[in-house]
Amino acid sequence: MISAADVFRVFQTHRGNAIVIATGTSGRHWRDFTTNEKRDLTMGGAMGQTTAAALGVALGLPNEQVVLFDAEGALLMNLGILATTAGKQPKNFYHFLLDNECYATTGGQPVPNAKNINYAGMAKEAGYAAAYSFDDLETFGAQVGNILNEKGPVFVAIKVIPEVENEPIGRRQRRPTRNRAETIRDLQAELGITTTYK
Amino acid sequence: MSEEQAAILRPETLVEEFKKNGVTHIITIPDSETNYLYELMKEQPWLDVIPTSREGETFAIALGLLVSGKVPVCLIQNTGMMESGDSIRGMALDSGFPLVMVVGYRGWTRHGVITDSAARYTEPFLNAFRINYYLVETNEDGKRISTAFEEARATKRPVAVLIGDEYHGFNR
Repeated sequence: MISAADVFRVFQTHRGNAIVIATGTSGRHWRDFTTNEKRDLTMGGAMGQTTAAALGVALGLPNEQVVLFDAEGALLMNLGILATTAGKQPKNFYHFLLDNECYATTGGQPVPNAKNINYAGMAKEAGYAAAYSFDDLETFGAQVGNILNEKGPVFVAIKVIPEVENEPIGRRQRRPTRNRAETIRDLQAELGITTTYK
Repeated sequence: MSEEQAAILRPETLVEEFKKNGVTHIITIPDSETNYLYELMKEQPWLDVIPTSREGETFAIALGLLVSGKVPVCLIQNTGMMESGDSIRGMALDSGFPLVMVVGYRGWTRHGVITDSAARYTEPFLNAFRINYYLVETNEDGKRISTAFEEARATKRPVAVLIGDEYHGFNR
């Protein structure tokens, strides 16, 4: 297993100009490593649907590289999105999955069949252009740059160390961070997007 | 108005309304009743049809497209709308973007007793979410789709169009 922070530390060196969407307990580490917050999006709002929202961004902005850091508990809530994504074959979509095998934010209860699911296998068989699995940092670091140069949709499953939270939600330390609406506003300003909704 | 007097809702009418309102993407789960509409949408070069696996996805994909400056429509059945409750809440109502959702009104009837619970709970569901809706039964009603777009734009909220033509099913 890899620490989520290390995944992001390595990924950041290969990010380029990609739009990055991170979700889940592990995904919160991204804010410690990003160097281009105007291209970071928060798309949460309904667990299991961030994947679909990221797909929408990729389909709406075909000339931008879109990278999603998903979580396995969320993906399991809507596995059909693998087929939906494969059906559209977005060449600019890179679907990373940070798999900590549990619901870390609720105390670490295991997700169903936690240790025996081949997420990359499911993505590949659903029709993604390519799929990879990593559980050690060295191999991930050696390959992630090339993976980001492939044509999507690409799926990358990574086993990460769970960071279980047992503190009641109201007592957890939260750092100030931009909310979803603010990240949307900043990205639209960065890309010069004005709604075409007439 | 009798059924003989009312012109059956044509798929061309919906597509014309979509074009008039600048729609770029239809996010949908096709069903047998909307088969001709699906085929017609696929023929339009200005329209990208996104088939999905479950209706809840449609509202999240729509949000991503709205962020990107596009104009999506969610085209689903009332059964799938009810399955999508949390996605409608978190991805549509909370987002502050306008969105028109076209919903097949399975089980709807204007003549007698409703026997399909899908129809029985459709309007109470929309009312619970405080989503306004317009009923489209016949071809003449098609312009209500533009009314829904106008309201969505003005309120920056989802607005539903209920297609009460289930058993004609856009057949030609």
